[in-house]
Amino acid sequence: MAEPASMIDKLWFLIPEIVLFGGVVVVSVMGLARRRIVRDAVPLVVCVFLVAAMAVIPFLYGHDRVFDELGRSRAGLLMPLLGRYVKLVVCAVGILLAMMSVWLTDRKLEAAVASGRARFDPIRVSRGEYFAFFLLSLIGVMLVCNANDLIWLFLALELTSLPTYIMVAISRPSAKALEAAVKYFFLGALSAGMFLYGFALLYGASGTIVLTEMRDVFAEQAAAGGLNSIALIGMLISLLGVSFKIVAVPMHFYAADVYEGAAAPVTAFLAFVPKTAGILAIMLLVSTVGYGGRTAAGIEGLPQPIMVALWMICVLTMTLGNVGALLQRSAKRLLAYSSIAHSGYLLIGIIAGPALGFDAVLFYLLAYGVMNTAAFAVLAGLQRRGEEIESLDDLAGLRARHPAMAVVMALAALSLVGFPPLLGFWGKLSVFIAGVEAGRIALVVIALINSAISAYYYLWLVGLPILAMPNAQSQTVVKSKVVWPRVAAVLAAVAVVVLPFFAQRLLSGSQGVGTPPAQQPLADSQRARADSQ
Amino acid sequence: MVWLWLGSLLLVPLVGVAAVCVFPARRAKWIALFASTATFAHSIIVAVAFEHWHDGGFGFGAAIPTLQLPKFGIQFEMGVDSVSLLLTLLTTLLMPLCIWGSFSAIKDRVKEYYGWMLAIEAAMIGVFIARDLIFFYVCFEFTLVPMYFLIAVWGSDNRARACTKFFLFTFTGSLIALAGLLYVAWQYQSAYEQWSFAIGELTAFSATHLSGSEQAWVLLALLAGFAVKVPLFPLHTWLPLAHTEAPTAGSVVLAGVLLKLGTYGLYRFVLPMVPEAVIAYAPAIGVISIIGILYAALICWVQDDIKRLVAYSSVSHLGFCVLGLFSLNPLGLQGSVIYMLNHGLSTGALFFLVGMIYERYHTRDMSKLSGLSARMPVWAFFMVFFVLSSVGLPGLNGFIGEFLCLLGAFTASADNATHPGLLGPWYAAVAALGMIFAAMYLLIMVGKVVFGPLVEPVVKAKEHGERLPADLTWREIGVLTPLAVLCLAIGMQPHPLTHAAQGSIDAVLATYPERVRHHLALSGQLAAGSAVDEPEDLGGSGVGGGGDGGRVDG
Repeated sequence: MAEPASMIDKLWFLIPEIVLFGGVVVVSVMGLARRRIVRDAVPLVVCVFLVAAMAVIPFLYGHDRVFDELGRSRAGLLMPLLGRYVKLVVCAVGILLAMMSVWLTDRKLEAAVASGRARFDPIRVSRGEYFAFFLLSLIGVMLVCNANDLIWLFLALELTSLPTYIMVAISRPSAKALEAAVKYFFLGALSAGMFLYGFALLYGASGTIVLTEMRDVFAEQAAAGGLNSIALIGMLISLLGVSFKIVAVPMHFYAADVYEGAAAPVTAFLAFVPKTAGILAIMLLVSTVGYGGRTAAGIEGLPQPIMVALWMICVLTMTLGNVGALLQRSAKRLLAYSSIAHSGYLLIGIIAGPALGFDAVLFYLLAYGVMNTAAFAVLAGLQRRGEEIESLDDLAGLRARHPAMAVVMALAALSLVGFPPLLGFWGKLSVFIAGVEAGRIALVVIALINSAISAYYYLWLVGLPILAMPNAQSQTVVKSKVVWPRVAAVLAAVAVVVLPFFAQRLLSGSQGVGTPPAQQPLADSQRARADSQ
Repeated sequence: MVWLWLGSLLLVPLVGVAAVCVFPARRAKWIALFASTATFAHSIIVAVAFEHWHDGGFGFGAAIPTLQLPKFGIQFEMGVDSVSLLLTLLTTLLMPLCIWGSFSAIKDRVKEYYGWMLAIEAAMIGVFIARDLIFFYVCFEFTLVPMYFLIAVWGSDNRARACTKFFLFTFTGSLIALAGLLYVAWQYQSAYEQWSFAIGELTAFSATHLSGSEQAWVLLALLAGFAVKVPLFPLHTWLPLAHTEAPTAGSVVLAGVLLKLGTYGLYRFVLPMVPEAVIAYAPAIGVISIIGILYAALICWVQDDIKRLVAYSSVSHLGFCVLGLFSLNPLGLQGSVIYMLNHGLSTGALFFLVGMIYERYHTRDMSKLSGLSARMPVWAFFMVFFVLSSVGLPGLNGFIGEFLCLLGAFTASADNATHPGLLGPWYAAVAALGMIFAAMYLLIMVGKVVFGPLVEPVVKAKEHGERLPADLTWREIGVLTPLAVLCLAIGMQPHPLTHAAQGSIDAVLATYPERVRHHLALSGQLAAGSAVDEPEDLGGSGVGGGGDGGRVDG
């Protein structure tokens, strides 16, 4: 076996996380400050830390830092370059999400304090906590990129999810949010239990928790006549558990209720951050049992049962998501189902495998993060009777009074449907090309049919704001008091239009980051065999 | 900087969009008119500088810099041959007229309107000049959005349903076409280990490397996309609705250019890309287009709504166009290309004329209008002129295209020495009924509306915003005159057009005679196997309807 990676090599790649953790500490203290101006600066400080983390990332992934002389990952990672792209994307979308969350909590309390009706009480404010949890969850995703064993992976996934339960609960002072949080928490706990159980079985089947070693063991098993059935069962259970994070089919049913219950900024957060973590986890997990087959002897792609399971999850997720969305009258529920459908599209890339497939998935995650954030930011940036807008009727005739928001919503919806030349089209196109290249024609055809179905409900989001006449309900929609969600919406919409011009650079940025170092597993396993003899 | 030759055709309208957005609303229409006229002027310069009018080659080939994805072999490559340049000219000619023609009709949301008009112009030109599949697809799809908004915002009463149906039909169709094109690209990738989306390379590859059944599937996928746009018979139901509800200029764009995207797609992709499947399915597609010709013509006959009548007549007319394409000989293809141009001119003009009536009387109902020649002689002159052009009166443009399409179908029989085909006299004979029907329904309409005793609907004063004079204004005459002059000119002197199209058509048809002969020989052998006596006769009768049906199934 290769000697374990040194601590310093592992820590080196955690610098962005460490920076953000500094942010967590600073922010949670600042949120309790006595002076209003300090408390108000919290979101700004969050953005500063996110920018700082982004600034650090490009310097970390120099070739010599990532690989040793033999071309192996210094930190012992399965996909050593994953973080280079994903961490940047997470931080960038994180900035948009942080802008949406300005003044999400504590608005009433601060108003009361400002007018002198109440005294400032550190017990009652939750802004600092909210943004601390916000950053912790982002740290969780970034840690998933660095996971080199199952325990790390589990902890990182949970670090992504645990803060979100609290964020849902404190996102708005209503019973709905609490209900959503409780639902989300219990189902999340269930799913964590599931994939932990799956991890245990994987450990039992391979005798190791280190992902790279696991891959070598499984490659040998497969070469010797097929994977251990415990490994297969463990992998399937893990996949089902993780599909909770990406709202894929057997674990998708919570999405509509939770997305509806939480405030729009948190919903946007849920639709991007845990999903990214889940997709990365699936990429890491399935890479241990298959794909390696292209480089090591004996296996072609994924083992049959896992392929079938992923295929079915993918098809059901796309189809149920899109059909479900057709039945919705609430914009948030509609976007929840659309989030389910997009997980389906992402899974096509996973099934297509490393190289094109994983690159496309990573690019798609960026596209989805931006366009989805744009749509939710519109909902967050407007309000009716003091509540953020929710139903599709609220959107009718938005153009008359809030033209910018109407245009943003239309752009986001067109991009979500995958309409050229917007960002979503390039995401979908690269995923579909990857699927076709892997020979998954049927899957791509089903996805195309699904895109056609989805055009129907996304057209509502285009048509209602821009074309419909305002109705009595939407007449009363006003801008929310904070400008930042609308700024985030406009920024995201601009990105949807402008980023396609940089598609080449973005795609080449994701190029190869999902690919395990090619020749290594074979050499490692040969050496291992030699050692055991 | 070669790319600017064609790139400016996209850039000028797009700059126009930006200018319309920036400047105040009252300037919008003049900016739009200026931008579209400038585009037209530039396209004329391109046409003059174009060197391949006679040899069928592509000119001005260049890629838009920086817009590319080398990993997938995608780059926004442009280039025109004579046919795509002709269609580009049609587009750039119609757009200023559409914009000029909308000056009095569009009163609200003016900036958006002219912005969308220029955006759709850029997208349509993009379709014709694209030499990269993804570039083509992006523009092809993007035409939907401006059209969706043009119908949805400025359309008439039933517009919500019309625009949704239009969007969903065409979007679904083109997704399926995308699947087919991706499949071809994938096969190319598996053969050469690299991605390419260059139309030329994929076409050459697909024609030679794909098996017959693969080609059949690709053909079906492509047809799903292009036949919806054309539209061919069972997929045409979105069109009358969209046409009727669209604003006048929207209808003109739709009939004049958007439908041509479908036939252009058939010409540029289907014919060269999947020849084996085209040969196998040509009789079936011929039958479908004939059904479309006759069916739509019969529907026209019973229409009360003039605009709907013209819309259905488009379905009928484009049936000829498709029939010409699938006769697989130079005559038919020439006819088809010329038909695309003619249809854009005369049907576009008819929509203008109907729109002018609607602006004055707020109705399109034939039973409420009669004898308008007494009130509007100038309008009546143009109406009769363009109806005759559309009917196919010899001496006007419509005749040339229709005649060549029918002649193409007629001579597309197995015993044709140079270009054997799979249609034949029967196809032409039945399709020709469509010409008779066209004469009937259009002339009946003219008889009712233009001539006869004067009947005018009473227009309530408040419905009238700005009162238009009874007869056409100079602006309206100015919109119609260029179209009329072109109709007459093409009708008198079609040779430049047929010569120009010839080179490109020869390139498309290059391998067809050989393939068709091979196909006929194979099916002749099969037939000879079943009936031993007279193989030659059987080969001959294979041209007729019954024999073709059997061959399609096989």
